[in-house]
Amino acid sequence: MIGIPYHLSLVTFLPLAGALWLVVLRGEEAAVARNARWIALGVSLLDFVLSVLLWVNFDPKSAEFQFVEQANWIPSMHIGYHMGIDGISLFFVLLSTLLTPICIISAWEAVKIRVKEYMIAFLILETMMVGTFCALDLIIFYVFFEGVLIPMFLIIGVWGGVRRVYSAFKFFLYTFLGSVLMLLAILALYWQLGTTDIPTALHAAIPKTMQPWLWLAFFASFAVKTPMWPVHTWLPDAHVEAPTAGSVILAGVLLKMGGYGFIRFSLPLFPDASVTFAPLIYTLSVVAIIYTSLVALAQEDMKKLIAYSSVAHMGLVTIGAFTLSPQGLQGAMFQMLSHGIVSSALFLCVGVVYDRLHTREIARYGGLADNMPNYALVFMVFMLASVGLPGTSGFVGEFLALLGAFQVNTWVALLATTSLILGAAYMLYLYRRVVFGTITKSDVRAMLDLSWREKLVFAPLIALVFWMGVYPASFLDPMKPSLAALIARSHVATAVEPTHVAEATP
Amino acid sequence: MIPPDIAPAVPEIFLAATSLLLLLLGVSQRGGEGSGRVVGWLGVVALVITLFLMRTTTGPRAEAFGGLFVTDGFAVFMKAIILAGSAFTILISAEYNQKRRVDRFEFPVLILFATVGMMAMVSANNLISLYVGLELQSLALYVLAAFRRDNQKSSEAGLKYFVLGALSSGMLLYGASLIYGWGGSTSFDQLAIVLGKPGAAASVGVIIGIVFLSVGLAFKCSAVPFHMWTPDVYEGAPTPVTAFFAVAPKTAALALFFRTFLGPFGHLAPEWSQVIWAMSLLSMALGAYAAISQTNVKRLMAYSSISHVGYALIGLVAATPAGVQGVLVYMAIYLFMTLGAFCVILTMERAGQPVETIADLAGLSRTKPLTALALAIFMFSLAGVPPLAGFLGKIMVFMAAINAHLYVLATLGVLTSVVGCYYYIRVVKLMYFDEPAPAFDGGEGYGQVRAVMAVSALVVVLLILGIGFVAQQASAAAQSLFS
Repeated sequence: MIGIPYHLSLVTFLPLAGALWLVVLRGEEAAVARNARWIALGVSLLDFVLSVLLWVNFDPKSAEFQFVEQANWIPSMHIGYHMGIDGISLFFVLLSTLLTPICIISAWEAVKIRVKEYMIAFLILETMMVGTFCALDLIIFYVFFEGVLIPMFLIIGVWGGVRRVYSAFKFFLYTFLGSVLMLLAILALYWQLGTTDIPTALHAAIPKTMQPWLWLAFFASFAVKTPMWPVHTWLPDAHVEAPTAGSVILAGVLLKMGGYGFIRFSLPLFPDASVTFAPLIYTLSVVAIIYTSLVALAQEDMKKLIAYSSVAHMGLVTIGAFTLSPQGLQGAMFQMLSHGIVSSALFLCVGVVYDRLHTREIARYGGLADNMPNYALVFMVFMLASVGLPGTSGFVGEFLALLGAFQVNTWVALLATTSLILGAAYMLYLYRRVVFGTITKSDVRAMLDLSWREKLVFAPLIALVFWMGVYPASFLDPMKPSLAALIARSHVATAVEPTHVAEATP
Repeated sequence: MIPPDIAPAVPEIFLAATSLLLLLLGVSQRGGEGSGRVVGWLGVVALVITLFLMRTTTGPRAEAFGGLFVTDGFAVFMKAIILAGSAFTILISAEYNQKRRVDRFEFPVLILFATVGMMAMVSANNLISLYVGLELQSLALYVLAAFRRDNQKSSEAGLKYFVLGALSSGMLLYGASLIYGWGGSTSFDQLAIVLGKPGAAASVGVIIGIVFLSVGLAFKCSAVPFHMWTPDVYEGAPTPVTAFFAVAPKTAALALFFRTFLGPFGHLAPEWSQVIWAMSLLSMALGAYAAISQTNVKRLMAYSSISHVGYALIGLVAATPAGVQGVLVYMAIYLFMTLGAFCVILTMERAGQPVETIADLAGLSRTKPLTALALAIFMFSLAGVPPLAGFLGKIMVFMAAINAHLYVLATLGVLTSVVGCYYYIRVVKLMYFDEPAPAFDGGEGYGQVRAVMAVSALVVVLLILGIGFVAQQASAAAQSLFS
């Protein structure tokens, strides 16, 4: 395979370059809007192709960071620009670059005002997302991680729904509050280790007395981002008010930053504290699963329902991750990827009907199977994937995560399994109310089935859901060495013998 | 040849002499309205030459006037910030003064005098030279605050500033006399020796003197609880003067804080650090909470500047090279984001009259997209959101705090920054989320202001690329205080 020089930087900053191109775009408003759409789509598709080449060139046998780039940034303080990906980050990069063009297509006609600015915001957002997953320096990571806030704040606030201002502020301040504490922890790590280089930090031993504090500071940030109960309340608000594409990115990628952070930082950097605090994580996650599932059952708003279901699904992720078993971690990773695809698709499904009827109220719909058969089919696929039907991506992730949980604590596994039951309940209930039944309202009867553009948006997502469900090995294999290395490191650090033979040792 | 006892002060001497010459030039011109243009431009040139002189004539550490005056890397860095602030102020004031019909040559000359005073402050190595520099700067600033003398608010601001400023100068002087009485010298070097004697406990007189000194300095850089004057003066003073107040004198007063507290009183750190600790925290917190309810944008910036002083004082509490480095970087960044924000405020004008409420910014992104973008950049930067420059300043300061084990102060500091974030992003919300208010028509005739605004915005956005260089310069400068 031909190596591309500065491959990671290219993937990261290409969208930013595209955004700059859009900034200088001038002319008549309609023409600018049209050009902005095409440029944004072109740039994000090119970026997607480049990121697929990352996957192609990725060595799935290695646990090391690949495509590494280093450059001086603040040499006097030994803080450098350091990028690289391993099996843990690879698919998050791909998820980000896949969802961005999908968002742009889905907003093709839905967004009518300030189209250029909208596209600029999304391209900047893409740079920040990809950068977050590629960064191998804690400060650089923080810059990208927090940089996400500005474009997302504007996306919710400018193009959002009625209560958009409240939601945008809540989103911004919640996440900012969590993150500044992490910043202090990063600085404390800097003075402890003399560097903020992530690979160096991963091989260093942090004093056991420091670990709990640092762990809690990182937890403050990632728990808000994931989000975990009880700091999840920003999510339903943000989802409901954000435009469809904003919800897609929020559910698809931004939530994964929290889970990624736990797996990338909390577990390997603070192995002792992670063991100490694992019961806390289990408790919060179990509460999240049961409580938010029940809340989801009672929702009247489609987006809110899916938002609460996200909290429940992410609860399974955190349980899986903190089991520190190969199955649990793989399950957590896979569940995140699957949720990234499925929940994004569900928000797109809501967007489809919202564009036609301009309401998210479940009771306003009903009987869509009659006049929108294609839509009903698509919706059904994602609904079942969200429930975890075998053969879809959702099943693999949930199964592995629960398998991991079962080894550690039967009660946790038992309670977490209610996620599947309750999930099936609220999703099927939603589907019944929206799609089945008879059409009683004339405006619902007048709704048209999926347009070719909408089909284009859903096609790759459906393909992925089945691919991930039927042959998960394509995704699990590249991440196995990195996860195994993580587990080995953490067991050495905590001096606990592995309770079972790790299946993939490099 | 210049005698070695004077050589280190050549930039200041040059600037002082040029200011006097410009004063003469102004007087000999046909005075009145419109006499400020030429003098203003010459003043900017003089400031640039001073900057250049400073870079070339100073070595690592040199004393002048028998030890009254000292230059080192720290002084050069701080003076560079002050000179830049002064030059930008003259640039952005020209058009404003013309429109308000106060376009007089005294304005740039007063700025130059204040600048000379501030440079003397930064380089003070003696309680006497400290006071001389401080008063030169203060007297010029009192006049500047009241420069729109036919405007009630401006006159009020000038008077308020004068009365309270004189009071604080008095306190500072009283503190200096106490220190002299108990310490036996006015020279910083001598004081450092006397107070740094191993085993010598600090006498009560010296400590009370230091407290009075810190009261005076806290007033000058508007740290809580001596900030009361700030919102009123900021609101009343002509906007370019407010911009100047927010940047240059603050930097000079902070520099003086570092010069004295880490110099002669460095050994007494356990005695004063709790005072500064409290000042820092109170400034951050009050700046953040009090700004929330403001409706006037200049008052908002006043509270914002108070909280930023709080962050800078963290570096002083840390009392380490890392702390000084952090503050140097912080103030350099603060210069650009604050000046930039004031440039936007300057262009807020309807039908020739300045408007100053925050609500007037509503929907600015529709009516003036580029101005709105610039202000959004400054606001996010002031809030400390990466990747903008304000974040880099904050990270440097907090890095020093963590290194000095100031965990409580650092934690409370970042939490207040979240509170502060609220009112900064509220401005963004007004500009981007709300329906437009009538458009400003002040954009025309503000070419210089827009240029400064654009430069500031570019610096704030792109500094992340050049932070390595700035940090290195600041690191070298910080070392000079500890050698």
